[in-house]
Amino acid sequence: MTQADVLSPVRPKKTSPGTRRNRRSATLVVGCVLAGLVALLALVSLFWLPYPTDDTSGGRLAGPGGGHLLGTDKLGRDLFTQVMTGSRIAVEAGLGSVLIAATIGVTLGVLAAFAQGWLDDTVSAFLDILIAFPTLLLAMLIVAARSATLGSAVLAIGLAQSAVVARLVRILAKRVLAHDYITAARTSGTSWSRTVAGHVLPNIWPTLVVNLALQFGLAVLAEAGLSYLGLGAPPPNASWGRMLQEAQATFTTAPVGALAPGILLVLLVIGVNLIADGLRDTLDPATRRRRA
Amino acid sequence: MARYLLRRLAFLLVSLALASVVLFVLLRMLPGDPANALTSVGASPEQIAAARHAIGSDKPLPEQFTHWLGQLASGDLGTSFVSSLPVGPEVASRLNVTVPLTLTAFALAVLIAVPAGFVAAYKRHTWYGALLSGVSQLGIAVPVFWLGMILIAVFALNAGWLPAGGFPQDGWSQPAEAIRSLVLPVVTIALVMSASLIRYVRSATLDVLGSDYLRTARALGSSFGRAMWRHGLRNASVPVISVLGIELASTLLGAVVVESVYALPGLGSMLATGIAQHDYPVVQGVLFVSTLAVLLIGFAADLVQRIIDPRLRGRLSGGAR
Repeated sequence: MTQADVLSPVRPKKTSPGTRRNRRSATLVVGCVLAGLVALLALVSLFWLPYPTDDTSGGRLAGPGGGHLLGTDKLGRDLFTQVMTGSRIAVEAGLGSVLIAATIGVTLGVLAAFAQGWLDDTVSAFLDILIAFPTLLLAMLIVAARSATLGSAVLAIGLAQSAVVARLVRILAKRVLAHDYITAARTSGTSWSRTVAGHVLPNIWPTLVVNLALQFGLAVLAEAGLSYLGLGAPPPNASWGRMLQEAQATFTTAPVGALAPGILLVLLVIGVNLIADGLRDTLDPATRRRRA
Repeated sequence: MARYLLRRLAFLLVSLALASVVLFVLLRMLPGDPANALTSVGASPEQIAAARHAIGSDKPLPEQFTHWLGQLASGDLGTSFVSSLPVGPEVASRLNVTVPLTLTAFALAVLIAVPAGFVAAYKRHTWYGALLSGVSQLGIAVPVFWLGMILIAVFALNAGWLPAGGFPQDGWSQPAEAIRSLVLPVVTIALVMSASLIRYVRSATLDVLGSDYLRTARALGSSFGRAMWRHGLRNASVPVISVLGIELASTLLGAVVVESVYALPGLGSMLATGIAQHDYPVVQGVLFVSTLAVLLIGFAADLVQRIIDPRLRGRLSGGAR
């Protein structure tokens, strides 16, 4: 046993019995591989692309091969280049939206959790209405007010999702606040902010992180929907949604352009959802007990 | 119950009033003068002022608001700035497409998701149980417009069984044509919706299957089917109904993407056009009608939950908390 082993906190042995733990980590691994694949494409696209994004030298609607891995689109642009830029936009959209949703949602949710009586009813009803209000419509309003950019789309998606996060945080935080040890802490003079930082947030973060991972996937889907409607990142930024919209008319003659972005999109979202599932099983003791 | 109904109804009206104020103020905060949509480029200041006067956007906001409320009270949703047609009848004709589309898709999704979700939970250790979970996992990752594109390519362009999009000009006076043009959109929405519903049904069923009351009922000699029928169904349906309410409400307007894929003249596309043209009365009218629908659906969901679960009767609204 080395010094480091002694100093490190006690951890359960990795060889703990049972196949369930292994299956759990398998979910996590598969999720990481799928999402990582897209993340890698996005990362590489920052430094290197097979062709410049505005290069139209490839001949229109060429099939795969001949220097173009996936062929070209109707303007002669390399599809693989576009798919790579698209993955960058998708990852950016997911991260940006989740960041906005987490910041606003956690703040609002914790505040709402302290509300009582009719105020509580009103707040939760308001959140319910906001949630039922489709993300797309909020996005349309914001795009109408600003302009169709990736930033507008991300802002809209993040705002819409913050209502969902706020509702979840409110429910979770209320559950924590009902415990006797909170009353004890409060009566012994623990301040409001220390209660939140010391008791509420540590208790709710496993569920919160899982939900935020799911929101990432939803944000990617929402961004694709927005750019399909022409409300996302403007050209020449090839968002997957816009690529699909442009390829719709030539689906039967040039199917690669109408399939490749969709397949990557599905892989990314499934990957992130699997990560969320894996995290839930690892982080949340309640489900661990129930499923075991 | 009567007292609850009154309170809940009052709550609904207050929400509606609040929502309409928020709606009105938000819309006025949008930049861009609707008068621009009416006048040609390079119009003189007098022409613009005349256009403003014609649509009433030169009046102070409170006056505009009371004017709108007065119209609403008499069942008038206003007149479009752009087409000069009344908004109400236009909304009604759009609802002729959107309501059948949404309700049929919703019903189909429930018919798929409830049995599939139950099997996915009850038979989770079998290959088909796992397959069902996997398919729903895949389904929630598929963008609705892409599924629509694929269905069009397969069933409309290749097989030629169904139209690729559009809706008959005379609407429901050609019932066969109208139904044919709604088949693919309905299937698209239903598949995507059922994928997420399966997950909720599955997790609600898992909760019930692991519950003490079910085990007790079985120990007291009740058959599995009887125990599920008497205890499981009620308990599992409360959270599911809560989700169903939200799904139904958000699909009503969220259908805009599907309407766009299939070029359907629905409520969502009316709103999209209205927003693009800064046509306040249209946007306001559509959003008001849909907020009302959202509130009514929430009302219905709360009511059904209360009837099913007596434990919720102390509360004003909601079930999943």
